[in-house]
Amino acid sequence: MNTARLVAREILHRRWSFVLGTLAVSVSVFCLLGSLAVIESFDRATDRKLGEINAETLSILKVHEDEIRKAMKGLGFNIHIYPEGQDLSEIYSKGYGKHTMPESYVKRLADSNIVTVNHLLPRLTQMVEWPEGETSVLLFGVRGEEPIAFRGPQKKGELIDPVAENEIALGYELHHRRNIKTGEDIVFRGRKFQVARVHQRRGGIDDITAWVSLPVVQDMLGKPGEINSILALECNCESLDRLGEVTKEIKLILPNTQVIEVESKALARAQARNGAKSLRIKEKGKFLKDRENLREVREGFANFLVILVALLSLVSITYLTASNVRERILEVGTLCAIGIGFNRVLQVILSRAILMGMLGSIVSIGMLALSGEIFGEGNVFDLIGIGFYGWLVLMISVPLMSGAAGWLPAFLGARRAPAEVLRND
Amino acid sequence: MTDEITEKPVVCATALGKSYTDSSGAVVALGGVSLLVNSGEFVAVCGPSGCGKSTLLLIIGLLLKADEGNLALIGQDIGGMSASSKSSFRAQNIGFVFQDFHLIPYLNVMENVMVPALAKPIGDAPARAKALLEEMGLSHRHDHLPSELSSGERQRTALVRALLLRPKLILADEPTGNLDRDNADAVLSHLANYADNGGSVVMATHDQEAMKRAGKRLHLDDGLKVVPD
Repeated sequence: MNTARLVAREILHRRWSFVLGTLAVSVSVFCLLGSLAVIESFDRATDRKLGEINAETLSILKVHEDEIRKAMKGLGFNIHIYPEGQDLSEIYSKGYGKHTMPESYVKRLADSNIVTVNHLLPRLTQMVEWPEGETSVLLFGVRGEEPIAFRGPQKKGELIDPVAENEIALGYELHHRRNIKTGEDIVFRGRKFQVARVHQRRGGIDDITAWVSLPVVQDMLGKPGEINSILALECNCESLDRLGEVTKEIKLILPNTQVIEVESKALARAQARNGAKSLRIKEKGKFLKDRENLREVREGFANFLVILVALLSLVSITYLTASNVRERILEVGTLCAIGIGFNRVLQVILSRAILMGMLGSIVSIGMLALSGEIFGEGNVFDLIGIGFYGWLVLMISVPLMSGAAGWLPAFLGARRAPAEVLRND
Repeated sequence: MTDEITEKPVVCATALGKSYTDSSGAVVALGGVSLLVNSGEFVAVCGPSGCGKSTLLLIIGLLLKADEGNLALIGQDIGGMSASSKSSFRAQNIGFVFQDFHLIPYLNVMENVMVPALAKPIGDAPARAKALLEEMGLSHRHDHLPSELSSGERQRTALVRALLLRPKLILADEPTGNLDRDNADAVLSHLANYADNGGSVVMATHDQEAMKRAGKRLHLDDGLKVVPD
């Protein structure tokens, strides 16, 4: 006979109250660990959602950036360079000027040490008839970007998509009305072209524009080696008088030109982009704040629940131990009469409560393992994430707390004078 | 059945007094009782119910502290003894037998009689338990729970438990109170036999037959004095 056997026999004898106490502990520990898992799961969901928002924001910004680059290609970042005598009212009314200048101007600019301009796009533009299509077309002679010599090759790639010599790109109205598709061959002013691109509706003069290789247009219009404007993009001017600064530098290289800053769609898009970015940042901030508030509410509720359940569990252990001691009072008196000391009797009674704590912890871990994904996605033990020492502390502290809860009734029971219960008078 | 017979009195109680307090005030349970028990004596303490017999046994068994008087057990004054020393002393020297047996309900017969070994482990406890159970006619009941035993078997089991550690003194409180005549006779015979072998027995009883089996009879009259028979 030893203490462990005595304790084990007693537990088996009064097994249901032991099971009840064990369940109380296991529910309590289950709630504690479950709340940790729920909070962690919530945090992970927040991180995941934030990641999605960031990715979405980046994607939106990337789209805006691409749009800006495209917009620069079409309308330019900031300036057009025209021949000196060009009447600007003609440009504003028709979209192009009749005066031309040598194409070599572009080369001259590109070979200079110009610093205020990053991209140079020569063009020859004229409104022409398209007899085969029975319509007027704004014909754009374009070619690839003229590389600025001292800067070396373009790292970001060409801003403009060059049109090959036997190809043509068509604005929306030109291809849509005639049901022309990419890859088809068409005849334009007596020449055969393959349609390289068809553009979406832009709601402006671009919709009746046809883009053709610059040398072809020069030949078609009888203006070899001539252009009527140079589109200069991405000026680097930092001063408020950016037009003055650019003009000054260009005039030094090309004295017979005039420089006009065009209202920039790119700027508007950049503003839209910044607006979108700002909106996304605000949305992200609001999302974070909402999640934080929700987390606080959940955490508060979880804390309340855990404390409540733990208290109920401790009270039930105390009650069950008191009840057990009351049932065993004769046994306790007999053990004292036999000569078993106070500490050993206390140990016998308290072992029950401590074992409830130990077994309750183990049962709660089993319950967690069986609980599947009710606390969130993934492995619940991974979500709890308290590590080896955390588990160790749990496995020690729960039985200790359980023992502490049963200590008072056990102490009072063991301390009760055996004569009170054994007296036969 | 003790291995050692001491020359000193096993119980030497002088003017023991004990009072309880209840709603009606102080109640004298024991007033100035003196008692001397030597080795090998079987003493019956008689008297009507409530006269203080159990109180006297509990005081001698160190489970209750007397308000007055002196008590020495086996030549040792127990006045200044600590609670743990008393427990240890009980485990080594005193065996209890109660009217209601007080067996532990979830332990079988063998386990019940081995409980004193928790307090004072001895090497031959299992063998001795088996021998005593056989002597008491309980060898076929080793694995039975108390609830499966008759009253006589329960009391004999309690007696084996009291005898396991070879105490010098057995305190039996109405040991035959819940038994039929045959079982009562059997228990009394074992107690008498124990005393014959050098042990001391102090038995509280109001059973006339039980009194006759004792070598020495003391009447406790209203808890006030001991009158030799």
